[in-house]
Amino acid sequence: MPVPDAPEPLIFERSRPGRRALRLPEIDVPEPSRPEDDLPSGWLRARPPALPEVGEPEVVRHFTRLSRRNFAVDTGMYPLGSCTMKYNPKINDTLAGLDGFAGLHPSAPDALAQGALALLWELEQDLCRLTGMDAFSLQPAAGAHGELVGMLIASAYHRARGDSARRRVVVPDAAHGTNPASAAMAGFEVVEVGTDARGGIDLEQVRAHADGRLAALMLTNPNTLGLFEGEVREVAQVVHQAGGLLYYDGANLNAIVGRARPADMGFDVCHLNLHKTFSTPHGMGGPGAGPVGVTRRLSPYLPGPLVRRRDVPAVAGPRYAWDDPGPESIGRVRALHGNFGVLVRAYAYIRANGGSGLREVSGHAVLAANYLAALLRPWLPASHDRICMHEVVTDGRALAPHGLRALDLCKALLDRGFHAPTMYFPLIVPEALMFEPTETEPREAIEALAAAVGEIVALAERDPEAVRQAPTQTPVGRVDEASAARRPVLRWYPSEGDRAPEG
Amino acid sequence: MEELGPRAPYLPHAPGDVAAMLARLGLPDVEALFSELPEDLRLSAPVDLGPALDEASLARRVGQLAGANTAAGLICFAGGGVYDRYLPAVVQALAQRGEFLTAYTPYQPEVSQGTLQVTFEFQTMVSELFGLPVATAGLYDGSTALAEAVLMSRAATGRRGVAFASGVHPQWRAVVETYGQAQGLVALDLDGHADDVAAVVVQQPDYFGRIVDVEALLARRPAGALGVVAVDPSTLGVLEAPGRQGADVVVAEGQPLGLPLAYGGPYLGLMAARDDLLRRLPGRICGQGRDAAGQRAFVLTLQAREQHIRRARATSNVCTNQAWCALAVTIYLSLLGPRGLAELGRLGYARAHYAAGLLTRIPGVRLAIAGAPFFHEFALRVPEAESLQAAMAAAGFLVGPVIDRHTLLIAVTERRDRGEIDGLAAAMGKVLRDAGA
Repeated sequence: MPVPDAPEPLIFERSRPGRRALRLPEIDVPEPSRPEDDLPSGWLRARPPALPEVGEPEVVRHFTRLSRRNFAVDTGMYPLGSCTMKYNPKINDTLAGLDGFAGLHPSAPDALAQGALALLWELEQDLCRLTGMDAFSLQPAAGAHGELVGMLIASAYHRARGDSARRRVVVPDAAHGTNPASAAMAGFEVVEVGTDARGGIDLEQVRAHADGRLAALMLTNPNTLGLFEGEVREVAQVVHQAGGLLYYDGANLNAIVGRARPADMGFDVCHLNLHKTFSTPHGMGGPGAGPVGVTRRLSPYLPGPLVRRRDVPAVAGPRYAWDDPGPESIGRVRALHGNFGVLVRAYAYIRANGGSGLREVSGHAVLAANYLAALLRPWLPASHDRICMHEVVTDGRALAPHGLRALDLCKALLDRGFHAPTMYFPLIVPEALMFEPTETEPREAIEALAAAVGEIVALAERDPEAVRQAPTQTPVGRVDEASAARRPVLRWYPSEGDRAPEG
Repeated sequence: MEELGPRAPYLPHAPGDVAAMLARLGLPDVEALFSELPEDLRLSAPVDLGPALDEASLARRVGQLAGANTAAGLICFAGGGVYDRYLPAVVQALAQRGEFLTAYTPYQPEVSQGTLQVTFEFQTMVSELFGLPVATAGLYDGSTALAEAVLMSRAATGRRGVAFASGVHPQWRAVVETYGQAQGLVALDLDGHADDVAAVVVQQPDYFGRIVDVEALLARRPAGALGVVAVDPSTLGVLEAPGRQGADVVVAEGQPLGLPLAYGGPYLGLMAARDDLLRRLPGRICGQGRDAAGQRAFVLTLQAREQHIRRARATSNVCTNQAWCALAVTIYLSLLGPRGLAELGRLGYARAHYAAGLLTRIPGVRLAIAGAPFFHEFALRVPEAESLQAAMAAAGFLVGPVIDRHTLLIAVTERRDRGEIDGLAAAMGKVLRDAGA
């Protein structure tokens, strides 16, 4: 048997002229129209695209082999902080694939899509209950998309009030990179504020920016240090008194889902990452979903279309329909109705857990992170000596005396069967390593991860070079990212001679 | 105090595990872990979401919702940028593998070579289809890819205007306008305001299914403006690559290449551009490099453009590249190959023209835009579009979307055979006869 991680050629390198996989139906209409008879020759493809020519068995083997060169939640523990790599229930994939969902065209008349509309409406209600918000849009395709929507809502809100001088968005220095990027994309000037000694947002610095220029402050709670922002209501008060809005980045909701609600903390607008808290598979980097919730005064600005429910006495049960939002809406943020297949999975996850189950989810997520933090403490102390929430940020300088970096420890963890934690984030912690075990890891997996860290630190003392060489048990060794970026090779070419720019 | 053993479905612990972990932490219960939350922010009871469902009950409940979507059982001639194509079993079987489905963004390339190599293959295919040298790893969908392309043009040219050719999908145009409003973007006519046009946007085939003369439309663009073409990628085995017709940036909706209808998503935005736009591209890009031993390895590259490095100065805020959808597209195109893609286009072309011929023989029905060449979709002028769509659904056929009171779209993919097309025409003839009677 070949080793599972043997190099696999590119599918193009397996190509042989004349081979093919899928056979299509024959043309079965009389006197078939042909593009070459109807269209100017310059409109027709002069040279076929160099797609691979391979048989079906080779296609199956190729992608199966590639799959074996991946680490995934289904193959091992994935404590990648800030990403909530929890188990993704298989039943949810099955349900999303049902013909009534997967085979439903988005142009279907509402009357013939009542199940899908009911599901979306119920999901909106669930998310409102869990966050305390009054209305949700399920349109945004991802967390960052939701952030952009939230920032456009803030912009529209201030504009509608004739308050156009508010062009400034405040973010903590520990914020996810998407926060400042989304605010900038929505046309705002971004101002960073610092983190205080306890690891919370620096309230004094927030006060210094609480003026007529403040449009919004973006905060995640717990924050990216994995710590609860205990002064969140004070922050809300300062922001609101200055006329600004408070935005909740829902990336870390898994810590508090079912236990505390952003609206109660004073947040006006939020996005949720359904692929994190609500367990939809991350798919190697999407698709996710980033619904946006708002309090009542912001609901006119939500993007459309929105699902409406009407109780019709004449028929049994309610009827659902798509409705365009009002004139104050920020407009469309994508075509059609959102990442529906993702929404089905999140809906199923919420139904399977119920309110009490989700409360257990956050409880066990926080328990796992604190247990891991306690086990890691001898080698990787937490950045702040507090109870952490769903993740723990550690100071990775333990290896520095041996000339090693946090990166080296991460690569050595790969050799021991674990995905690495998030490295060098948040930026304010030196050699930061951010671990998020999630609630779905058994106790022994958490213990094994901590033991592996201890083993690597011990090895570093004895033989730092061995750690620097890691990983050696993975499909490829350490990849030279710098040289790949210096001379970018971004696609395969049939031969060197074809490398000339196209077009 | 809570029960120590979990009841929620996906939690692994036995009660003893929870007790042991709490003991290690010196805490009495799980509740104590939340002591840092101000007391009045803590919910005292679970949120009321109805009872938790066991898996069988869950399957029944969600199955009933799926079953209520009767439109999914209709023979689908609906279009509007989303097409009911046959999804080969191989696509689903491979894409469902947990090694793909449950991995995340390949931040650790040494254990993500599967993802990265698929991405590299995907980028190669997109580059080939579009006839442009650099492709990204993917964006949310076609409409947001178009918005990103226009914002990129705005940044590259320093100009504020975007000029739409006629026939750009109205929802896509609306998305561009939403994205653009914050950046001072203004929509202009193709023939005016020449000096402030950042991008000219052309859709091929357009919203009405027409094949447009991309080269001629782009040739009219003011000097310095970028040519942005939104294309249906399933036509590109037959139609010329927009990159060889003067486009600087090409975007597409990837749904027609192996993704299910799924009521509008998740889909995939495709994007490729000229070499000199490389460092302005939004989102993930995979590159080929070497590992420490010199063997070929793939890695995310040119990340200095991206939000996690550049923050407020990033080219875009986007993180996800819809990698799983890109995987499905890569598998689908591997199955088709160059000849399959051409046959796919020719089959839809032949069947759509056959369908148009039958339908326009029905009294009161004609092509909305007479004489315009079309590919696999066309706009049909009918007496009353909304009621016709409903009546056709009752007869077993899904048509649309409805464009206006008298117009709807009909799309014919390789999945619709002659019998179904004959059935469509017969049903429409009967519906309109009955309505007129």
